[in-house]
Amino acid sequence: MAMANRTNRLSISNEIDLVRARQEVRVQAQAIGLSLVDQTRITTAVSELIRNMLKYAGGGTLEMEIVRNGIRNGLRITCRDEGPGIPNVDLAMKEGYSTSNGLGLGLPGAKRLMDEFNIQSEVGKGTRVTIAKWR
Amino acid sequence: MEKIPIIKVGDTLLVSIQSDLQDQVATTMQSDLLRKIEQTAARGVIIDISVVDIVDSFLGRVLADTASMARLMNAVVVVVGIQPSVAITLIELGLELKQIPTALNVESGLHLLREKIEQQQNGAGSNGFGPEEERARNGHG
Amino acid sequence: MKAQNFHDILHKRKDEVLESWVKQQIPIVGKRGVTPDELRRQCAEFLDLLESVMARGASFELDDPKSAPIVEFLKAVSRERVLKGFTPTETATFVFSLKSVVLPLLQPLAKSEESFTSEVMPFSILLDQLGLLTFDSYLDTREEVITRQNLDMAELSTPVVKIWDGILALPLIGTLDSKRTMTVMEKLLQKIVETTASVAILDITGVPTVDTLVANHIMKTVAATRLLGAEVIITGVSPAIAQTIVHLGVDLSGIQTRATMAEGLKLALRMTKQQLTDEQRRDGVQPLEKGAQTANAQKGRS
Repeated sequence: MAMANRTNRLSISNEIDLVRARQEVRVQAQAIGLSLVDQTRITTAVSELIRNMLKYAGGGTLEMEIVRNGIRNGLRITCRDEGPGIPNVDLAMKEGYSTSNGLGLGLPGAKRLMDEFNIQSEVGKGTRVTIAKWR
Repeated sequence: MEKIPIIKVGDTLLVSIQSDLQDQVATTMQSDLLRKIEQTAARGVIIDISVVDIVDSFLGRVLADTASMARLMNAVVVVVGIQPSVAITLIELGLELKQIPTALNVESGLHLLREKIEQQQNGAGSNGFGPEEERARNGHG
Repeated sequence: MKAQNFHDILHKRKDEVLESWVKQQIPIVGKRGVTPDELRRQCAEFLDLLESVMARGASFELDDPKSAPIVEFLKAVSRERVLKGFTPTETATFVFSLKSVVLPLLQPLAKSEESFTSEVMPFSILLDQLGLLTFDSYLDTREEVITRQNLDMAELSTPVVKIWDGILALPLIGTLDSKRTMTVMEKLLQKIVETTASVAILDITGVPTVDTLVANHIMKTVAATRLLGAEVIITGVSPAIAQTIVHLGVDLSGIQTRATMAEGLKLALRMTKQQLTDEQRRDGVQPLEKGAQTANAQKGRS
């Protein structure tokens, strides 16, 4: 059973918050001993998720938790917004909707980078994406 | 707000990007660079990202667009110094950046620039192949 | 209280116990490279610890914090013995041989049922527990050694070697799994940066099969290598792997392949010299587009 440890919460409302959040995530990732590549992966995934929040919901919150599962350490990040929500999550997660052509939400890319990826969204209410990387 | 310096070295422009940019700094760099290309009639540009430890879809897009825009102004852009972990992450994210020539460092970047510029002058496509080969090789990035 | 009796006996006849105990073990530890002096020192320390632990009134329970010093000591002894090549039994003998020396001395206490139960039995049980503890520690240390050896093997089995100026070789051997392929990729990229290499020859002669995941990782590796301005040549593709790759629908058409590492090296040398004769161009050798990382790259133009 994974047990959560410390939790950090950041509110995201503009670009400066984006840069700050990326730096925070990297610091945490380093602190729990993730490899350099994994640090880069999680920081990049977070960047994509935050961009979504800013673009579609004008902002949101980001929560960082250090989690433990037996002897393994991990970093779990939850992005929550109260934006319009995603009408068709399955479609959004399809490959063709990558942000490289500016059309989509970068979600499939973020998922590929992570060990865990969970998304819940309700139209009119908001979206919550949880990602995690384990050591 | 910080500005990214653009230095002229011969007829090449050298752009050194520092770590963790705000979006606006990146887009300003793009317009500054294009303006400088026009001013100096530079034929080649080296964008050095060896100090950048994260390239997300936004910065990837800016780099790709910058290369395309510069090409329209007859300047070749070479990106150098992609860190290994950044390279791996870019591929996993789905941004292969196939349309941008890349090199390991400024020195090899300059070699590559010279090659590309020469190829252009000799009438080959932007990556030295004939039209068919170029189409076959250029996947979308 | 009554434990004092047993304690007294141990205390009074300590030297005698020590000598007998050491003597019993010498035939065993001698062949493992432990000198009699070392052995005597270890045994003496153990007896001291045993005394002090009992004097502090420790219950004969191993997870009693008061027993901690003796538990730590035994763990250290076990560890040392694993690394010296002792068998588990030989390691446990450290404690069990003490038992066989002391029990006879407790004979007088065995006379009455009461003192047998309160003196001799607990002592026997304690030593049994301590003996088993050495066995557990032994296993833990052994596992540690094996884990480290596995890591070493993983290191050795993913070599990335500079075989020429600007040219790296990766002779992969054995089944590739996802993790190993990832390790290879990270190592390769790091080595490209370190050696400013512009060509990497990935030899899979020694790889029996690949699956989709591994094939994808290889594609990833090639793409990442190109971002670093280098090219990949794949050599040693067996018929089986060739079939698998096509059936999986993996598109390796943009990648140069050769039958052997030697052929691959020839190609790599031509690519890095960047001097192509017309004949070579006809062979389909493309000049290295992304590269010329070699510091001494010839710049001749035909």
